[in-house]
Amino acid sequence: MSATAPYRSGARAGRGGFARLLRAEWTKFRTVRGWVLAMVAAALVTVLLGLLSSSGSHSSCDGVCPAVPVGPDGEAVEDKFYFAHRPLAGDGSITVRVTSMTGQIRLPDLNPGTRRVVAGVVPWAKAGIMVKESMKQGSAYAAVMVTGRHGVRMQHNFIHDTAGRPGGVSKQSPRWLRLTRSGEELTGYESADGANWTEVGTAHLAGLPAAVQVGLFAASPGGLTVTQGDFGGSSAASRFAEATAVFDKVSLRGSVGGGAWRPDDVGVTLNPDGSAHHPGGFKESGGTYSVTGVGDIAPLSDGQQIENTLTGVLTGLIVVIVVAVMFITAEYRSGLIRTTLLAGPRRGRTLVAKALAIGTVTFIAGLAAATAAVTFGKQVLRANGNHILPVTTLTELRVIVGTAVLLAAAAVLALAVGALFRRSVAAVITAIVVTVVPYILATASVLPADAARWLLRLTPAAGFAIQQSIPEYAHVLGDYAPSAGYYPLAPWAGLAVLCGYAALVLGLAVFQLRRRDA
Amino acid sequence: MRRHLHAEWTKLRTVAGTGWLLLGLVTLTVAGSVVAAAAVSCTSAGCDYDPAKISLFGVQVGQTMAAILAVLAVSGEYGTGMIRTTLAAMPRRAAVLAAKAAVVTGLTLGAGTVAVFASALVGRRILLGNGFTRGPGTPILSLAEGPMLRAAFGSVLYLALIALLSLGIAAAVRDSATAIGVVLGLLYILSILPFMIADPGWQKLLWQISPMNAGLAIQATTKLSGLPISPWAGLGVLTVWAAAALLGGGLLLQRRDA
Repeated sequence: MSATAPYRSGARAGRGGFARLLRAEWTKFRTVRGWVLAMVAAALVTVLLGLLSSSGSHSSCDGVCPAVPVGPDGEAVEDKFYFAHRPLAGDGSITVRVTSMTGQIRLPDLNPGTRRVVAGVVPWAKAGIMVKESMKQGSAYAAVMVTGRHGVRMQHNFIHDTAGRPGGVSKQSPRWLRLTRSGEELTGYESADGANWTEVGTAHLAGLPAAVQVGLFAASPGGLTVTQGDFGGSSAASRFAEATAVFDKVSLRGSVGGGAWRPDDVGVTLNPDGSAHHPGGFKESGGTYSVTGVGDIAPLSDGQQIENTLTGVLTGLIVVIVVAVMFITAEYRSGLIRTTLLAGPRRGRTLVAKALAIGTVTFIAGLAAATAAVTFGKQVLRANGNHILPVTTLTELRVIVGTAVLLAAAAVLALAVGALFRRSVAAVITAIVVTVVPYILATASVLPADAARWLLRLTPAAGFAIQQSIPEYAHVLGDYAPSAGYYPLAPWAGLAVLCGYAALVLGLAVFQLRRRDA
Repeated sequence: MRRHLHAEWTKLRTVAGTGWLLLGLVTLTVAGSVVAAAAVSCTSAGCDYDPAKISLFGVQVGQTMAAILAVLAVSGEYGTGMIRTTLAAMPRRAAVLAAKAAVVTGLTLGAGTVAVFASALVGRRILLGNGFTRGPGTPILSLAEGPMLRAAFGSVLYLALIALLSLGIAAAVRDSATAIGVVLGLLYILSILPFMIADPGWQKLLWQISPMNAGLAIQATTKLSGLPISPWAGLGVLTVWAAAALLGGGLLLQRRDA
């Protein structure tokens, strides 16, 4: 009797096995000419549509637009306010009492051409005391202020905002404000009676020179009107508003330059004849000061965002979805799937290898397309005289790489849907309806902004949030609607929603692939 | 031609997906409209939305089902090889395509009528419940009034035209996944393109030639003068698209081997 040893496969198991699976999937993709061409077309269409939309955007100013000031943190800012100031050398402090804040707001015209102006202040109208590096627009500052409807605040360097006591000011309940400077540290205080002081916040202004400007300021951003577009989307218009604050009991400590207060209408817009458009003002009588200002001290959101060059991604995404779905459904159609599963009997790993292959290919194509679209799109936008809102290199990198990840995750999602349905049409439609359609409905339809925000929270289209380069600021009133490019979720959170969906559906597909006959 | 119609009707009737797609068309349309109507609320400044567009909003979602139905009627046969039997049995290829078009149109018109009128009725109730008015003291249009009736009937026609457009594209492209990708790209991407371009002249032109934007102009009942294209002219643009697709698809069907 001779015992025969049972047959053992000579193939190595383990990691080498997965690499082989991956290589097999890559070979399948590479050798179908239509798929390779389609992936190249997806990248090209992304770039070309991006360039087309960039070349269609022209600046609205005649000739060259004026340079936009840039804040200490590198973002474009609006730095426009009325400032009555004196030089301060070294440490010191300023204390004032604010007894009133009034203003006027222009309402939308009822009859064209007839101005409708009412008394009142907009929520973020602001007036108070400020220490500013220099009179240059965009230079560092820290300020303590009363606002139209957001109580006392301490703000510095345009994007930082700390809340103090809520409530407005009046003769009966004035607000005392104090700002002390010690080196690069600025501390803001407030008080209801001038005796008991509460700290509002501190600001560290790196590189603040010894000689700074200290004084009283007032500013009022325009009233915002958001109108629903007649054929979808929305548009925001800013209307003139100004704020006037009355200060008394002004006291300065430290080596403050002598002489009178120097009034400055910082950043005022000039009419063609050289006179100021909506000028501010400063009045002084017997220790009482009245400052009127127009404008805002805040990050700017008007201008082209770098993600505007990526509008072609949506079209590229449709092509990617079709290819990713066919990458699996074609195997079912031709019966190749049976060979595939015979060669890789651990079905889960086989499908994961497939997902990894299509995801990687899409990521590379997407990265090339997004890089080209942003790089060339910015040049086209600049050549057309547009102002592009500056962002840090890291943000730009996040937008570009994030777009590639977005495409790759959508490809994996589409592949997983294809594996679940095993039919091309149902899978393509499902993938498009859950990723592309919610985005379009949210950004370019008559759907109200709240409904649009929910679409961009709950559906895989949330992933588009990774493209938002300019954040939403709580202390600036703006049209933060999806149609204006603002997403309800933070960039990475939005991308995580999409990746979560892709992982979930891939898991479901693996589960079903194991259970079903092929 | 009667035999052609009968054959196509039998094929479409006995395919498992058809019933589900028609059901999906009705469900998605009504659901989309209900969600949109429920999401709209009026501000103190007034109601800025077109009530007809909102209560028929679901058409933008439901149209995908009409597109699938039409694409599958053609590319499904290419997928299985059935098309060779079909063409052997009915050698007049133009007549085959016409018969397919007639059957798909009929089904879409039927399901579309149910979907659109249900949406309009339910949507109006919800909007009224939200306190939606056309202006101080003016209630929103009921289905019996001219513009609203035009919007509703136009939406049914819109769905049918979308189906015909998809049918033509499927006949030209043949592969189902590619066909549906092309159709949805044509509908959704062209509809969003005007929002990506700042130039007003281009914007208007792109809006006018986009099959979805122009076609859905039929749903407008307010601010008609501000529309880039009038309602019926808009539906005309979509008709031109559908006719061009059918013509192109028909020519390719006749020229090529199956």
